[in-house]
Amino acid sequence: MSVSMEVTPHGHDEHAEHPEYRRHQFDDMDQQNEAASLGMWLFMLTEVMFFGGFFLGYSIYRSEYYDSFVNGSHHLAVFLGGLNTVVLITSSVTMAFAVRAAQLGKKNHIIAFLGTTLLLACMFLVVKFFEYKDKWDHHLIPGMDFTWTDPGDPKTIQLFYGFYFCMTGMHGLHVIVGVGLIIWLLVRVKQNKFTSEYYAPIENFGLYWHFVDLIWIFLFPLLYLIGGLHE
Amino acid sequence: MSTLESNGVVAEHRMPRDHFLNATHTVKSWLLTMDHKRVGLLYLVSISLFFLIGGTFAGIIRLELATPQADLLEADQYNTAFTMHGIVMIFFFLIPSIPAVFGNFVMPLMIGAKDVAFPKLNLASWYLYIFGAALGVITTLFGGVDTGWTFYTPYSSTYSNGNVILAAGAAFVIGFSSILTGLNFMVTIHKMRAPGLSWFKMPLFVWGIYSTSLIMVLGTPVVAITLVLLMVERGLHIGIFDPSLGGDPILFQHLFWFYSHPAVYIMILPGMGVISEVIGAFSRKRIFGYEFIAMSSVAIAVLGFFVWGHHLFVAGQSIYAGMVFSFLTMLVAVPSAIKVFNWMATIYKGSVSYDTPMLYALSFIFLFSIGGLTGVFLAVMGLDIHVHDTYFVVAHFHYVMVGGAISAYLAALHFWWPKFTGRMYPEGWSRFAAFMIFAGFNLTFFPQFIVGYLGMPRRYHVYPEEWQFLNILSSAGATVLAVGFVIPLIYFLWSLKSGKASGPNPWRATGLEWVLSSPPPEHNFPKTPIVREEPYNYGKIIDNPAEEETEDVEHV
Amino acid sequence: MNQEFQFHPEMASTFAYEVDMLYFFVVAVSVFFMALICVLIYAFAVKYRRRTPDQQAEAQIHGNLLLEIIWSVIPLGLMMIMFAWGAYLFFRVNQIPEGAMEYYVVGKQWMWHIQHPTGQREINELHVPINTQVKLTMASEDVIHSFFIPAFRIKNDVIPGRYTTMTFEATKTGKYHLFCAEYCGTEHSRMIGSVYVMEPEDYQNWLSGGVRDQTPEEAGARLFSQLNCATCHSDRAGARGPSLNGRYGTEELMADGEPVLVNEAYIRESILNPRAKIVSGYQSIMPTFQGQITETNIFNLISYIKSLPVTEGTPQ
Repeated sequence: MSVSMEVTPHGHDEHAEHPEYRRHQFDDMDQQNEAASLGMWLFMLTEVMFFGGFFLGYSIYRSEYYDSFVNGSHHLAVFLGGLNTVVLITSSVTMAFAVRAAQLGKKNHIIAFLGTTLLLACMFLVVKFFEYKDKWDHHLIPGMDFTWTDPGDPKTIQLFYGFYFCMTGMHGLHVIVGVGLIIWLLVRVKQNKFTSEYYAPIENFGLYWHFVDLIWIFLFPLLYLIGGLHE
Repeated sequence: MSTLESNGVVAEHRMPRDHFLNATHTVKSWLLTMDHKRVGLLYLVSISLFFLIGGTFAGIIRLELATPQADLLEADQYNTAFTMHGIVMIFFFLIPSIPAVFGNFVMPLMIGAKDVAFPKLNLASWYLYIFGAALGVITTLFGGVDTGWTFYTPYSSTYSNGNVILAAGAAFVIGFSSILTGLNFMVTIHKMRAPGLSWFKMPLFVWGIYSTSLIMVLGTPVVAITLVLLMVERGLHIGIFDPSLGGDPILFQHLFWFYSHPAVYIMILPGMGVISEVIGAFSRKRIFGYEFIAMSSVAIAVLGFFVWGHHLFVAGQSIYAGMVFSFLTMLVAVPSAIKVFNWMATIYKGSVSYDTPMLYALSFIFLFSIGGLTGVFLAVMGLDIHVHDTYFVVAHFHYVMVGGAISAYLAALHFWWPKFTGRMYPEGWSRFAAFMIFAGFNLTFFPQFIVGYLGMPRRYHVYPEEWQFLNILSSAGATVLAVGFVIPLIYFLWSLKSGKASGPNPWRATGLEWVLSSPPPEHNFPKTPIVREEPYNYGKIIDNPAEEETEDVEHV
Repeated sequence: MNQEFQFHPEMASTFAYEVDMLYFFVVAVSVFFMALICVLIYAFAVKYRRRTPDQQAEAQIHGNLLLEIIWSVIPLGLMMIMFAWGAYLFFRVNQIPEGAMEYYVVGKQWMWHIQHPTGQREINELHVPINTQVKLTMASEDVIHSFFIPAFRIKNDVIPGRYTTMTFEATKTGKYHLFCAEYCGTEHSRMIGSVYVMEPEDYQNWLSGGVRDQTPEEAGARLFSQLNCATCHSDRAGARGPSLNGRYGTEELMADGEPVLVNEAYIRESILNPRAKIVSGYQSIMPTFQGQITETNIFNLISYIKSLPVTEGTPQ
């Protein structure tokens, strides 16, 4: 095979030349950033396929048992769900500002915006906790002594709640992972690991966080608003 | 004629002084490695272990089936045996096999990269594999699971007494190993090709790995969520798949096969990539129809997502949906046929040698063609009514998965072993094993086509006496096959200490991986190569140079 | 082996012959291509074998567009022929003929309950008259099974929660295998039996010789009374449930405005999950019988309801 080796300085003795955030396997920062970004987009594609299975099952049973889904949905707290929606969307905004601050290399701003995002994420989880607790108190957790006393077919309403918990639960797991990652990012920001040249982890996490937000934006109307707004 | 001779003389080679195997020696340096070559070898050892385990289950099955009645096992034990055989072979061996071992080791070398895009993620993928496989071992220790590897509901969700949640959990975890590997490979191939290496200059093995990665990334998450739903249903019984609670057991089948059909293309596409490399090298001829083979790989990956319903023709699916799936399945057969014809055209007017990798490649063409053609019987709806869930299906998928994918895996192992280790294996023994495997395989599985069309259902512990003869043939073949598989294990291990040094390019093949020493240096290429030529440039004479010459890589 | 070695089971149904024809065609196509591949590989590998260690290939050929087209189009054409033939066969075998003899099949771990139209019950055996169209309506009590008669070349999954149907016309007397073909647990491989195809007189003799239980209609009438269905379902003015007389096979209007065909599946659903569909003009007060009634009983009730004539003088 005809191969000529270009003299691109990357013998091992040239080690000191590149910053520690440039990984060995890449030739330059452009390549590294593009790879990281493509990796995150691909990962989000897998997440779409992952949640897609849930959405498919949900669609099939909703069309089959629409009335039960309406009944089940009416018992969900639209206010809390709506509040959480606002909380998550706001956290996406603060996250976007965090990325912008990283672009500009403003460490204090990054910390402020990441911190706010973290607080909002935690708020989301707290609200979720109260919602779940309410379900527990009213025996609305499938498989755990599920009891439905209002009108409607308890069997298929249990199915609705099954999907409710699976989908919001899986989403909540992703929020928890996000919380962990924000903390990790905050630590590294404090350690001055990022500059205006290198902030890809913050940007790529931003992508992940927007995705988590997007999933919720679908979940909220599909679970809480079936059959229209209600009291 | 062996490729190793030149002018009647087998050149003497030495191991290179420094390479990736002897760069560091501690266990920690292996278990925390971020070198894609070492990760590939970690996978090689792990999946070989699980191949032996899966093979043991197979041996137990064939031993029991040598007689029509239940002599060896009780019904529950038999059902557990075939379930574990399927789970181990598919999830713990076949799906990782070529991508995790050869995709990891060879692909970055082929594209002139220093490593994969995300080496830490790569190592994490291996640990996920180990964790998932460990869960599988634990499942077995607790008595296994008896649902079939397909986990059909409501048997698996409600009625089975096996460890369904554990087994599904194992598959779930290992699925993420697959997803992350695929993601890693896609980014590597998109972003880390050497300058000058455009898409249509890449070796076909890379096309195969890329197409496979597409499927891994898009398909596996769906089976992951399906397994979650199954585990939730099993644990909490909320009714997703239970008709008495309003659920639909057929929904499980749709969700399951949406991944598991593309999964079979995960198992075959890398193998087809290997065959392209081997046929080119051992015909010393460029691949005929390169673009067609490359595009066929992508076509199979994409089309493969739209055919899952051919597993459900008699499962209660609508006739019209069935017709759509049957039509698309017939379509997906065509790119595979195109590849077979292109390989044959490559051999035409080549300079063909019969080294072991080539024997496996020729074996692949024969066995995969049978497997693929018998798939057509299953895709034809009127025929499928009769042969669905019979031994005809069992024979079909073993022809493509063992005759096809494992032949390709062995071809890859024999082709790249010198690159991995710097050692040659004894050619006489390797050819003998190849023949034994070919003979044993056909004896094991061809009778199963016959007994299947005669009506023997699959997953049967006992069967009508009139079918004993065909089953005995099959079990006899399995014995030959088993011995055939063990022989390479022995001589590969032997070669590590006592095999002749191979030199950098014992097969005189094209491809950037052969430019480096065997074994390669720890950091692959001292300087990033620039690629100017077409792939498979066998028009010129290729050498297996002496070790000294590889230090300075400014040469042809 | 005491009989001539066979590569295919006996052809004992009208469909078997057609399936085997298609099978032989696909075999012929496969053998042709395998022969082509084998001959060419062998020929090329031998003719072009390397004779000296440094021998190069005779030519480096990039490709040939015409060849690619030929070996794409011809396989594609053959695939389409086989697809069409198979789809047509599948479509035909799923057309249930009018006036077929209706048997009910219930699969449960690990046996087959079969009920004749005239009331005879069998376990793991199915007696049918020759040259007669038979319809099997099948349901499972537990997991998914599959009813497979190799000699007839037919098979269909038997699913819990819904009915599946299958039809055949046997053309040769004899005894044939019956297998469960969907893995269903421990004794899956012992969930087998026999199908007996008999000449019409032999079949009649068999029918009368055996213990003849009630017909499905009679058993269904008994159940209808035992379960007090008539309390609500009657022609009386002000009845709490819709009349069932002569309703089978007609369309009923639901409360949500949608018309529904009154068939076996609808009746079964109404018994097990009455709230799913409410007939227009009635309240949702029917209790469910889920868990209190077997699939066989449901078949009997359906038979009875099918037999109810239209009440004279009632408007249609």
